Amino acid sequence: MIEVRQLKKSFGSQPVLEDVSFRIEAGESVTIIGRSGGGKSVLLKHIIGLLQPDAGEVLIAGENIVTMSERQLLRVREKFGMVFQGAALFDSMTVAENVAFPLERKKKFSPGEIAKRVATALEMVDLPGTQNKKPAELSGGMRKRVGLARAIIYEPQIILYDEPTTGLDPIVSDSIDKLIIRVRDQLNVTSIVVTHDMRSARRVGNHVLMLHEKKIYANCTPEKLFASTDPVVRQFVDGVADD
Amino acid sequence: MNFLAGTWVGEWLVGLGRISAMSRDAVLSLFTFRVAWRDLLYQIYFIGIKSQTVVLVTGGFTGMVLTAQTYFQFHKIKMDTATLAVVGVSMCDELGPVLTALMVAGRVGAAIAAEIGTMRVTEQIDALRTLATHPVDYLVVPRLLASQIALPLLTMESIALGIGSGYLVGTSLLGIDPAYLWYNMLKYTEPIDVVISLTKALIFGGIVALVGCYKGMTCGLGAEGVGKATTEAVVYSSISILISNFFLTLVLQRIALLLA
Repeated sequence: MIEVRQLKKSFGSQPVLEDVSFRIEAGESVTIIGRSGGGKSVLLKHIIGLLQPDAGEVLIAGENIVTMSERQLLRVREKFGMVFQGAALFDSMTVAENVAFPLERKKKFSPGEIAKRVATALEMVDLPGTQNKKPAELSGGMRKRVGLARAIIYEPQIILYDEPTTGLDPIVSDSIDKLIIRVRDQLNVTSIVVTHDMRSARRVGNHVLMLHEKKIYANCTPEKLFASTDPVVRQFVDGVADD
Repeated sequence: MNFLAGTWVGEWLVGLGRISAMSRDAVLSLFTFRVAWRDLLYQIYFIGIKSQTVVLVTGGFTGMVLTAQTYFQFHKIKMDTATLAVVGVSMCDELGPVLTALMVAGRVGAAIAAEIGTMRVTEQIDALRTLATHPVDYLVVPRLLASQIALPLLTMESIALGIGSGYLVGTSLLGIDPAYLWYNMLKYTEPIDVVISLTKALIFGGIVALVGCYKGMTCGLGAEGVGKATTEAVVYSSISILISNFFLTLVLQRIALLLA
């Protein structure tokens, strides 16, 4: 369903990704791990066409999105939902308006139906009754839940999570992980989670991609990754700093 | 030195290309995208209604000072009653549209750049794109339309108040004969002057909205980036208004002469 071929990206003279290739099948749940600043979020943004690579291809359901214009990409992006690191809620809108935004833009639903769907989406992320709150009134964890409700309301086929547990305490992180698993199982979506939280990587993915030195260093199941004796993998998994 | 000049010229050309592409996208979007009326009305309120005070004060006092200055010069050659005619033509052709646009650029252009710039640094523009919404459709088109609707109206208000306040200063403070003052103003201020004024306001409205949106959408990261984008939006839109005004005057006056 998603295939990345020989992807290369540099910012100025600084290469970030070099010859990155992998394939993700429909319904899979993949975590992308790697060190901070290692290009994980950059890779995620290439998958949804927010960034253009210097070389390589990104195929979504067989279509190469690299050559598409911004307007052509809009059609492809209807397959996607994305949860941002900082939630990226529209701060001038209420929670209900944020969650309803994709449906309002489609102009296919009546106001009553939109309100019902918003309530269902907010219940799914354990935030019922928060419709009239503004994003500024919510905690970090609540904002990410609203971001997830906005991403799932139009029932996308693929959901991308950009560091969903970064900056949250362990208990809220755990609840977000459970939420990702629940959404994956209930909606039967393909999930791609960028994280450097090893506990999340172990729990939410049935496949792990490890980015190291601009390349895919490991592409395996979480069990294999955590049992690996490779020094680079072990250093990252055990969280040991260089001497 | 040559390398720096090349870089500056290169950046300037890239910027010009991008703003042209954004303008083209906005115009194409006008024909294919159903405008969100609620957003458009809010922008008309924000750009038009909320700019009333600053525009009316500018128009009123410009008309008053122009009347006083013109009178002091014309009085020397006994042309007191032509004072308001000069004020009328000047307000319509130049001062009304230019000063209104500069005031709106300062207030609205800065606000547009700051709002969109903040959306960019907090990934809200990326969020729009992931929600299958083109940022130009959602952010640029309502602001562009609202600015092009509001600016001509604000300009007309400014001109009317400028001429009205000039008339009051001329008759009550400077002692000019009211009947001749008004008669000469009507005689020399022609409908084509109003058309020139409206045409300029329409174009300046486009400049303020497009430069503000462009600077916001391409701003650097962090608070510094937003601050810089806001300043640049005001500076670049003001300069663009002043430069384009010169060329618009040449072109529109030539057309007016041909039509006369």
